[in-house]
Amino acid sequence: MSPLRFFLAHRSEILGATLEHMTLVLIAMLIAIAIAVPLGMFIVRRPGLRTVALALASIFQTIPSLALFGFLIPIPFLGGIGKRTAIVALVLYALLPILRNTYVGLTGIDPAVLEAAEAMGMTPSQILLRVRLPLAMAVILAGIRTATVITIGVATIAAAIGAGGLGTFIFRGVAMVSDAVILAGAIPAAALALLADGLLALLERRLRIT
Amino acid sequence: MSIEMNAKIRGNPAAIGFSAVSYYSNDIAHRGILKNVSLEVHAGETLVLLGRSGSGKTTLLRLVNRLLLPSGGQVVVSGRPTSEWDAIQLRRGIGYVIQEAGLFPHFTVAENIALVPGLLLWPGDRVAARVTEMLRLVSLDPQEFGGRLPRELSGGQRQRVGVARALAADPPILLMDEPFGALDPVTRAELQREFSALARRLGKTIVFVTHDLREALLLASRIVLLESGQIVAAAAPQEFLRIDHPEVRAFVASLSPVPGAPS
Repeated sequence: MSPLRFFLAHRSEILGATLEHMTLVLIAMLIAIAIAVPLGMFIVRRPGLRTVALALASIFQTIPSLALFGFLIPIPFLGGIGKRTAIVALVLYALLPILRNTYVGLTGIDPAVLEAAEAMGMTPSQILLRVRLPLAMAVILAGIRTATVITIGVATIAAAIGAGGLGTFIFRGVAMVSDAVILAGAIPAAALALLADGLLALLERRLRIT
Repeated sequence: MSIEMNAKIRGNPAAIGFSAVSYYSNDIAHRGILKNVSLEVHAGETLVLLGRSGSGKTTLLRLVNRLLLPSGGQVVVSGRPTSEWDAIQLRRGIGYVIQEAGLFPHFTVAENIALVPGLLLWPGDRVAARVTEMLRLVSLDPQEFGGRLPRELSGGQRQRVGVARALAADPPILLMDEPFGALDPVTRAELQREFSALARRLGKTIVFVTHDLREALLLASRIVLLESGQIVAAAAPQEFLRIDHPEVRAFVASLSPVPGAPS
């Protein structure tokens, strides 16, 4: 069967898997942002913790994704088969780019601006919230963009532990040796990644101040 | 300077006093940046700290608003050692202008100027009125410039906004660290002239750091020359030129005539 005919024949199924995929990615990204951005703000003034946090986030990223999903299955509460485990793994993957960009963005600010802020009597938390954070926003968003694209890709592998999504088609296609079935998962996944990348790039450009 | 003004300065208490201040850097070399500096800055005077790069003049300035604390000795501001001041409170009462202005790039001109009054919780209408007043003071049209971002200004305009921002909460003391250093020579001369008139009018206590003797002569009521962390000369501008000290002579030599001009 040609890919196009397979697409047309299974369009509602593919659409469902795409929505499922987007949900996985969205939930994972929201959690990762909620962890990594505050953590990045926290480690700016704590060099010891900074080394540990960045090293840990880097280690998660070096674990092959399939292995990470496998490792998580036996872990109580977080693990098991299904969406929850997949989300935990996706969050761990997304942490590093967001954490690193938050840290780099917050520390890469013109020293003259920070000196002026301090000299005018802003408190450290005012400097963080009113100067560093708004000026770092574009860089933080760039990290979120990278993490989103990675997560959309990695989420296809989540199908291996029963989390659903577009990976379902890819794994099925591999087993059936059918390009059409693989493409039914791969094309929407690639399109999602491009779309997310483009939209976030647009947002990033609007936030950039120089 | 007029006789009355001299009398006024002498009659006023010291706004800032350095007594036997030393400052060592935190690096391994533990370099002495300031060595046993004693100096009084009188209320209402414009004191220019002159010196080469690395002479310690910026460090001396940064001790006033507690961006740094002295390693030895005391810096007294408005009757209290800086070590006993709450740093935040102290800084909100001292204007600060630096090279390249250090304006917040994500704030409009008006928001930049409104910052310290806002931190001091002035009511909104008073802040707005003050912003307009400050922009007029530095010869910028409030209608035209209030809503602009710093990147939409020229270097000279940015520096004007820097001065307006420093004066916004009407602090009695103004610290200026080579504020006109990054400007082109023509704009620099323009701002120096205007600021000189402004300083006379406002009657603030001003400590001004520069490495440019010409600028010092134009603005100062008193020039203090620093060399390797120590004060080597202090005098009113006209007397300063006559001081017989090698570092003073070196600075005077820097004023030497234009190349090619008849000597």
